[in-house]
Amino acid sequence: MILKEDLWKNMPNMVINKSWIELGLGRLYAIWLREFKVFLREKSRLIASTFTPLLWLFVIGEGFGSTTDFFGTMDFAADSYIGYQQFIFPGIICMSVIFTSVFFGSYIIWDRKFDFLKSVMVAPVSRTTIFLGKAFGGMTTSLIQAAILLVVGFVIGIHYTPLSMVFIIIIILLLSFTLTSLGLTLGSHMESLEGFQLIVSFVVFPLYFLSGALFPLNNLPTWLSILTTLDPVTYGVGALREVMLGITGMNSFALNISVLLLSAAVLGTVGVLSFRRMKAV
Amino acid sequence: MIIIKNLFKQYDNVTVLNDINIEVFDNEVFGLLGPNGAGKTTLIHILATLIKPTAGTATVNGYDIIKNPSEVRSSIGIVFQAPSSDDMLTGYENLKLHSLLYAVPKELREKRISEVLELVGLTNRKDDQVKKYSGGMRRRLEIARGLLHKPTVIFLDEPTLGLDPSSREVMWKYINRLVKDEKITLILTTHYMEEADFLCDRIGIIDKGTIIALDSPTQLKEQLGGEVIEMEFANKHVDKENIDRVLKQCNFVRKVELEAKNGNVLIYVDDASHNLPTILKILDKANNTEVESVELRSPTLNDVFLKFAQRHITKKQGQDEDEDDSEGGFMEKYAQYGNK
Repeated sequence: MILKEDLWKNMPNMVINKSWIELGLGRLYAIWLREFKVFLREKSRLIASTFTPLLWLFVIGEGFGSTTDFFGTMDFAADSYIGYQQFIFPGIICMSVIFTSVFFGSYIIWDRKFDFLKSVMVAPVSRTTIFLGKAFGGMTTSLIQAAILLVVGFVIGIHYTPLSMVFIIIIILLLSFTLTSLGLTLGSHMESLEGFQLIVSFVVFPLYFLSGALFPLNNLPTWLSILTTLDPVTYGVGALREVMLGITGMNSFALNISVLLLSAAVLGTVGVLSFRRMKAV
Repeated sequence: MIIIKNLFKQYDNVTVLNDINIEVFDNEVFGLLGPNGAGKTTLIHILATLIKPTAGTATVNGYDIIKNPSEVRSSIGIVFQAPSSDDMLTGYENLKLHSLLYAVPKELREKRISEVLELVGLTNRKDDQVKKYSGGMRRRLEIARGLLHKPTVIFLDEPTLGLDPSSREVMWKYINRLVKDEKITLILTTHYMEEADFLCDRIGIIDKGTIIALDSPTQLKEQLGGEVIEMEFANKHVDKENIDRVLKQCNFVRKVELEAKNGNVLIYVDDASHNLPTILKILDKANNTEVESVELRSPTLNDVFLKFAQRHITKKQGQDEDEDDSEGGFMEKYAQYGNK
C-alpha cells in the first residue's frame, strides 16, 4: 500500500514507493538511533549508572552478607551455597534497569526543554512511533548497562547457561520496556525539571525497595507484602532470581513472566495514550 | 500557498489571535511583523499544526491544518525561534535524523544533505557536534534542516533573534539565496523592521493578535507620506497645533505629528534636505518654538509600525472608552522601536 500523504508531492524528483510499514520502521529507527548515539556519547551517564549498582553489590552485598543469616527463611532448590551477595545480584540488575529506564523515560523533559521534541513532533511522525522509538532506545540502554553488570556476575560466582542468558535478556527487556514506558508517561505529563526529584523519591526508590531486590518476600508483614505485590519489579526480580540462582520465590516463573508481560502491555498503552495527548508546545 | 480564514486562538479567555485573515501567495516572502507577545509564534505554530486554533482554519499547500495535519507537516519546513537540534549529535547526524523522519528516499538522502549543508555554508563543519557551533551556525543548521525534505512552504520564526549584526547580515544573505534557489514560499516573523523591509515582499503588521496593516514595504512606507523630520524642541511640552499652524504656509509639508513617546514632533515633508532650512527659518520666527535638535530620515518600517499601531489604538479607544490602560502599556512596549 502506498501512502498518498507521504508522496513527496513537492518533490517531483523524489519518488516514493514505500509501504507505511517501511516508513514507520524508518522513522522508528531514526528515533532509536538518535537515542543510542546520544547514550554512547554521554560517557559520564554510563559510568555513573554502572558505579551505583556496583556499590550496592559490593558494599551492601558484602556488608550485610557478612552479618546476615537468613537461609532459614529461604526456600531454594539450589545445591550450591548461595550467599547474600549472590542473592541480591538479580535485584541489583533490576535496580540498574529501574534507574536507567525510568530516568531515560523522564529525560524527555530535557528534549522538550531544548525544543528537540518540538522538531520531532512537527515532522510527519506519529506519536506512537515517537513513543516506541524512545522505548526501544531505553531498552537498548538498559540492556547495555545490565550487560556490564552481568559480566561482573562472573566475579561473584554466578553461573550462566545459554538458555539462562536468553531468559535473562528477555526479562531485562520486558522490565525495561515497562519502566521506560513509565518514565516516558511521567515525563510527558511534566512541564519542568522540578518534577524530576519527585520521580526519584516517589517512583524510583519505592520501585526498587519494594521489589524484594534486597530481601526475600516470604516473611513480610501484610502491609509490606501488599506493596511488594503491586510493584511490577517484584516479578522481574523473582524471574531473574529463578533463572540465575534457581531460587523459586513467592511466585512461579510462569506467573512472574505473565505479570511482566501484562505490565509491559498496560504501561506501554498508557504511554502511547499519554504521548498522543501531550502538548507539542 | 497559504490561506488563513477567520482564525482565532484563545487561552483561558485571553485572545491571542483575533480574526486573522491572510493569503500568502506562492514563492512569496511574507513577513509577520510585531512586538513580542503579538501572536506571531502562535500563528506559526497553528499553521505548522503544533497547536489547534480555537476557531477558524487555514490551508497550507491546499491541505487543511485541522483535517490533514500530517499532509501539512510533510509539505512544510519550520525553523523555530530557539534552536531545536540535538547538540550531542553532529550537524550531519541531525540532518540524517530528520531525513529519516521525513522519509527522504535513501538514494537521494546523501545528495540532499550535502546540498543543504552547502546552501547554508556548513559543509566543512558538518562532522562537529552541534554544541560546538556558534549561535549563527546553529540557526543555519536549523534552516538546512527545514529545507531538507524540499518543502514548498518554510516558516522562519525570528530567524535572527539573538544574533549579532554581522551574523544577522550573513543570515539575510542565506535567506535571500534560499528563496532564489529553492523556489519556496517563506513566512518569517520578526520584530526587526529593517529585516522585514530587506527580506519581505509583503508584510503583515500584527499587534495583540490582530493584523493592523498588510501591504508591501514600499506601499506601507508610501502611506506615511514623504520623508520625516523629527524635531526636539527646547520646550518639552511644545504645542503641536501651533507648529502645525505656522508650517501651514509651506506646501511641501504634508503633515505634523507628535511623537507620543518622547514629545518630539514629526514633520512629514517632500524633499526634506532642501526644505529643512526653510522650516527652521519659519520656526525661528515663531513663538516658543526653539529647536533643540533635528533628525532627518526617510520613512522606515519603524515609522510605519508606530503609525499603524497608534491608529489601531485610537480606533480601539473610540470603541471602548474604558480601556484607557491600553495606551500607556502599549507605548511603553513600543518605546524600543522609536529608539532605532
